[in-house]
Amino acid sequence: MELSKFELGGTRIKQSDISKGNVLTLAVTPKLEYAWDDGVAIGRYLEELGNGKIIARKCNKCGRIMLPPRMFCELCWRATDEWVYCEDTGTVNTFSLCHVNWDASRIPEGEPLHLPAVIHIDGASPGMGILHVLGEVEPDKIKIGMKVRAVWKKPDEREGSITDITHFKPVRAARKKSKKKSGGGR
Amino acid sequence: MIGKVAITGLGYTEFSATSPGTSFRELTYEAAVKAYNEVGIEPKDIDTFVCTSEDFCEGYSISDEYCNDQVGGILKPVQTITGDAIHSLATGVMLVLTGGFDIVVVQALSKLSNMKTVPNLVNFALDPVLNRPLDEHYSFVSGLGMNRFLHDGKATREQCAQVVVKNRANALSNPVAAYGADLTVDNVLDSEPVSLPVRLLDLAQVADGAIVFVLASEKVTGSLTDNPIWIKGVGWSSDSPSLESRDWGNSVATRLAGDMAYKMAGVRYPAKEIDLAEVTDEVSYKELEHIEALRLFEPGRAGLALEDGRTTSEGDLPVNVSGGDLGVGHLFEAAGAQKVMELVLQLRGTAGSRQVADAHKGLAQVWRGEPTTSAAVAVLANQ
Repeated sequence: MELSKFELGGTRIKQSDISKGNVLTLAVTPKLEYAWDDGVAIGRYLEELGNGKIIARKCNKCGRIMLPPRMFCELCWRATDEWVYCEDTGTVNTFSLCHVNWDASRIPEGEPLHLPAVIHIDGASPGMGILHVLGEVEPDKIKIGMKVRAVWKKPDEREGSITDITHFKPVRAARKKSKKKSGGGR
Repeated sequence: MIGKVAITGLGYTEFSATSPGTSFRELTYEAAVKAYNEVGIEPKDIDTFVCTSEDFCEGYSISDEYCNDQVGGILKPVQTITGDAIHSLATGVMLVLTGGFDIVVVQALSKLSNMKTVPNLVNFALDPVLNRPLDEHYSFVSGLGMNRFLHDGKATREQCAQVVVKNRANALSNPVAAYGADLTVDNVLDSEPVSLPVRLLDLAQVADGAIVFVLASEKVTGSLTDNPIWIKGVGWSSDSPSLESRDWGNSVATRLAGDMAYKMAGVRYPAKEIDLAEVTDEVSYKELEHIEALRLFEPGRAGLALEDGRTTSEGDLPVNVSGGDLGVGHLFEAAGAQKVMELVLQLRGTAGSRQVADAHKGLAQVWRGEPTTSAAVAVLANQ
């Protein structure tokens, strides 16, 4: 069946008709500002990131060590019990090689790709960890299951934010010994 | 109504101008735990959840995705209403009446202290092509409404001020209200002009808080509580959103929502049958407009009833004993939940120092606030 049968009459509008003002449109930018209360769990989490440490919250009923931390266990429906420090190392759970910026503009040829990844953090329960970005690694070398370590900003540059970790980088074989150090705090 | 639905459990936090110590999740969790503990249930006993959320209030797109953990709704059927909490309550009632769900949770939250540009948020609700380019502070809509209301002889300016005095004083007896105050009519009339005839004290101030209800079918109500509050009727309606052609000074949507709820509840003479009412007073005059639209007082007599003390907590038809939006705080999409909550406490006989004598049937009405023309109503009774 011909598509033209379903088309309405009239003149087609081109993108240029809008940009040149041949068609009347109205553009509005919302001016909306928010400042979210972090609360007890995320407040402490961010504070500890500022200290160069990753902290989780444990539910003593199901035993889960939750990261990011939360003050209640949504599965057991009870208050969580204790704060537990995790390592700043982990395993790549999944990742993506992004050729586009957040605003959909393309990353120019030859410039580094964005490498977001979900990282299962050592010491947290399975499936729990941090969403961050990978760095100091060739995109084609990234594998699910790869061991990685947090790269922290200098202490005086940290501000209690997820970006106090600049990225996660692969743990090289030669540095495996440092795994035995207690997590973070450097 | 074709079947019976009860509010069995109620949980709530205090209402306050800010709540910096808790996240929106932690605030909701507190209300949910209290509600479930009242009736001895856990999330595994709940069949489905109805949450209330408005993206622009929360600051998240698709904010309904963030509703489930803190009510125990993870891995459960959850839906979210982008309206007032009384719309959610009505949805909860309908879910029970399908026969497929015996225990339904209804949740509402205000974390409006986190929204730093409320005037812009409300202004963003205006028509972008015809209204927004005029660049007015959104309170102008209240000024337009109040002026027409006064012009039509529905009430006097002093009577509107008296609404503020009554409700802020009522809030002093409500331990969870944010804005209790001992004011005079002159305090209101001398307060800063905003969009005249509306002055600063005519306007409710934003508050945070969370409320959770446990609804139940008649079949299981007896196993949950000895003191159920029955939802006898619900109604909702929306008038034209157009600022150019709405019925100024008259809440048509409230009239229609009220009539829908009355019909369902079998209420034929609201003024005689309703023992107390909680209605939206986000702008002082709105309380008078709403109780008239709800047929609780003759047209043009709401202001006189107020003057005669008939709507105080000792009057024959107390209105906003809780303090209303003016006294408790403006809770945006959770506003209707606070009104239903007050009825539950009053009809249970557990409202403490503000307990209304002989309260058996109550009405909760909510208007979705400027610049909307939407309203929802619930009629509750303790037998």
